[in-house]
Amino acid sequence: MERNQQLRRQLASMRQSLFDQGHLDEQFILLEELQDDANPNFVEEVVTLHYRDSARLITTIERALEKSPLDFNKLDGYMHQFKGSSTSIGAKKVKAESTQFREYCEAGNGEGCLKTFQLLKRDYATLRRKLEAYFQLARQAGPNEIACRPK
Amino acid sequence: MAAAAVAESQFHVLAVDDSIIDRKLIERLLKTSSYQVTTVDSGSKALEFLGLHDDDGQSINLVITDYCMPGMTGYDLLKKIKESSSLRDIPVVIMSSENVPSRISRCLEEGAEEFFLKPVRLSDLNKLKPHLMKTKIKDQIKQQSQRQQEEESDESDFQSPSPPQQQPQESQQSQQQQQQQQQQQQQQQQQQQQQQSNNNKRKALEEGLSPERTRPRYNGIATVV
Repeated sequence: MERNQQLRRQLASMRQSLFDQGHLDEQFILLEELQDDANPNFVEEVVTLHYRDSARLITTIERALEKSPLDFNKLDGYMHQFKGSSTSIGAKKVKAESTQFREYCEAGNGEGCLKTFQLLKRDYATLRRKLEAYFQLARQAGPNEIACRPK
Repeated sequence: MAAAAVAESQFHVLAVDDSIIDRKLIERLLKTSSYQVTTVDSGSKALEFLGLHDDDGQSINLVITDYCMPGMTGYDLLKKIKESSSLRDIPVVIMSSENVPSRISRCLEEGAEEFFLKPVRLSDLNKLKPHLMKTKIKDQIKQQSQRQQEEESDESDFQSPSPPQQQPQESQQSQQQQQQQQQQQQQQQQQQQQQQSNNNKRKALEEGLSPERTRPRYNGIATVV
């Protein structure tokens, strides 16, 4: 029982730091609210779907950025999809970087796109890693143990 | 009587979105709101589904669609639905991740009931109820008047039901007959609902349907909260 309590505390603080560090916004909380006994893994399912979906987009964008000249319309289109997906899981930093990328697309600024994309990839990878660790811990803490939301 | 019948049967929403994540989200949101949900990933599949289930019990009570989709946009889909004589009464709601006023007014002008900004919240879905109730009641009134017409032309064994509009002098007698009529209608309504729920158990063909029943089903009759 004590071990479990420890795990739960760890889980709660992991979760809190994701918000404190600006990786996640309230959309993530809305996902948690949709989770219940009948759908106990809803958040993890959505997040998993997101990473599967977005990984494909990242590769596509990467390839498109290698082309010369850059097709800003296409890039914007891909990033629009990517941004939507990120928004849906509450990926705050990544979402902001997607917006910035699209602004550079609109301005036809290739340099800006490239730079922003590097930042985006970094934050994307960081969040992915942290969320994977979070869900792994959640599974250890027990199926119904979603960290208590700060009141 | 009509109000009770409306509350008992479940609304069936068709959700259209090319993003698998948004489909999963909207499905969860709709199910949480006690709607029956079918999801498809394109406008053309949506039309296919609507056309296929035009006449049978799988009727769709509302379409909620993403605006930005490859091929047929949500706006195109909206137009097609409103141009179709069989589908135009189905309320359509548009979702979009972008807040573009001209886009919003275009959609509303074309007949969309609501325009939701993504990410869609549960509170947004509360706005759907009045649109759904409207069409359900319209449907029931249509059905009732159709049945009354059928009954009037019928030659039944026992008392043939008289037309609903009675002269004031015959009020007592007509009341009895009206009650019988109502009972018959109710029975028929229940039968229809049972049939509808049986049809609803059939799986539709499209991909993106969620087959799992995570909540216990009450024979197609939802527990309305």
